[in-house]
Amino acid sequence: MKKNIVFALFLACLTLALPARAQLVIEITSGSDQLLPIAIVPFGYTGNSPLPEDVAGIVESDLKRSGVFEAIPRANMLSLPSSSENVFYRDWRLLKADYVLVGSVANNGNGTYRISYELLNVLTQARVGNREALDVAPSNFRDAAHFISDKIYEQLTGIRGAFSTRILYVTAEGSKTSPTYKLQVADADGFRPQVIVSSKEPILSPSWSHDGRQIAYVMFRNRRPSIFIQELATGKQQQLTQFRGLNGAPAWSPDGKKLALVLSKDNNPEIYTLDIATRRLERMTNHYSIDTEPSWEPDGKGIIFTSDRGGNPQIYRLDVRTKNVERVTFEGELNTRARLTPDGRYLVTVQKNNGNYHVALQDMNTGRVQVLTETYLDESPSIAPNGSMVMYATSDRGKGILSVVSVDGLVKYRLPSAEGDVREPAWSPYFK
Amino acid sequence: MSVSKLGKFAVIGLSAAWLAGCSTTGSESDASSMASEGSTAGSTDSTYAAGEDGSLNSVMVDDRTAAQKAADLLAGVATVFYFDFDKSIVRPEAREALAKHAQFLMENPDARIVLEGHADERGTREYNMALGERRAKAIMRYLTIQGVAASQIEAVSFGEEVPVAFGHDDSSWQLNRRVEVRYE
Repeated sequence: MKKNIVFALFLACLTLALPARAQLVIEITSGSDQLLPIAIVPFGYTGNSPLPEDVAGIVESDLKRSGVFEAIPRANMLSLPSSSENVFYRDWRLLKADYVLVGSVANNGNGTYRISYELLNVLTQARVGNREALDVAPSNFRDAAHFISDKIYEQLTGIRGAFSTRILYVTAEGSKTSPTYKLQVADADGFRPQVIVSSKEPILSPSWSHDGRQIAYVMFRNRRPSIFIQELATGKQQQLTQFRGLNGAPAWSPDGKKLALVLSKDNNPEIYTLDIATRRLERMTNHYSIDTEPSWEPDGKGIIFTSDRGGNPQIYRLDVRTKNVERVTFEGELNTRARLTPDGRYLVTVQKNNGNYHVALQDMNTGRVQVLTETYLDESPSIAPNGSMVMYATSDRGKGILSVVSVDGLVKYRLPSAEGDVREPAWSPYFK
Repeated sequence: MSVSKLGKFAVIGLSAAWLAGCSTTGSESDASSMASEGSTAGSTDSTYAAGEDGSLNSVMVDDRTAAQKAADLLAGVATVFYFDFDKSIVRPEAREALAKHAQFLMENPDARIVLEGHADERGTREYNMALGERRAKAIMRYLTIQGVAASQIEAVSFGEEVPVAFGHDDSSWQLNRRVEVRYE
């Protein structure tokens, strides 16, 4: 059965922005020892003109990064079939592959290519799901590859893949004393970075709206911070706040109608919500201590935030309706900038222990806490929309880089950048 | 007063009659330019030389901005104040310089300052924004206790975003935990 899939238009629209020079390169630093062996055979192609991307290669690196799969090296493959008819299962049993992905690319002649693929189970010698086909333009080859990765990941793990998602991050480039700050968006694997905003004044706290179409961030202008929102497809930018003092930490509510944010216009940092359509501002906390870094619960009923009302900064939960506040974290010298997994089960924080800042995971049911990272000055954890991975910023030899750790702590990889200091990753939601 | 400082003063002959003439015959655009000149003059410190009969016959206008004047009069006075880790307590060694800033601000009620608070790189960025502000406000409180009007002071935080030292050690962190006084 063949199925044609048109890729989301707005993903293509994102390419309006200028491409940045530096791309992020994946380096897997550790992995789980119980990996599912899969052979991703290079896709067959008989055309004359070179293809824009190696689709099978992108699928392979996606699946390897997930920490669930182990890819059979191409050099070991005994045959390179491009459809199930040409597969000799014995070849793949010898290589101890549990699954084989085969596929082909054909030029449609109208500026698009047809990418066909099949996932095969070596043990049962049967296809998993259907033979699928995608018609894509050359510029969408990476999208097609990530789409295939998402499908395979979901078919074999039961969990929706997050390979087609994107990340926001901030870079500081150029001289240290007068850097250029750039807010950038890239694929979740770090490829295809595009600059959204560039400024000589600091940019921080990027966050996604829940449909992935808009972003919010803090940018300084004339040496004062303001909160901006921006539509990604059009680039349309709106300055939302410019109060005296702090204008920080914008976080979109799950229904997309409000932003939680931090203002100190009434003296000290407090959490507010701002209704974007009506511009109605509501003060949510009222305490003389620092209240900051708000983040919504998935159902929008609560906001978790950082407060030092107990002495050291810890995470608290605010009931949006009653405005009651209760403390959530108790382990560690301090806990800051919490984020919940999409199912609300786990809380990810930046925890300080013995002077070190690491990403920690707290089980909201049992209260058990696990420190996930062991890198240096870890901050800004952001969770993939399928809850499987946490991307965070860390420091490596004096340079800010992005790293990823699985929520079980077993898989780690990093995205070192070629240029500048990289910080504040924000993992997008699903786009559809 | 040194010659160079004298150079910054413009001696303008003014009479009450001339002023009155302006205000009655000035066109609309003149009036608006007067208004803006008026506000400029208002932001500088004018020295009036009264005649023997007490009438106003000439005015010496200090055309330096408050920021320039502060730069001149407060030359050598510290404008950066440092803090302990995770603390926002004004250190004793800051008091002498802060007293001079306070005195200047009280003598020049048109002067405005921005206190720019900063944190070191440790900890999360938005928390450090709050911490930088808390430090700026600690300096602000110190100045207002001395008698400076709160309306002359604005506290802004840059968090950990704008370090001045780029090492990842105690000495760099110490230099970055600071409040900078900036005259506007």
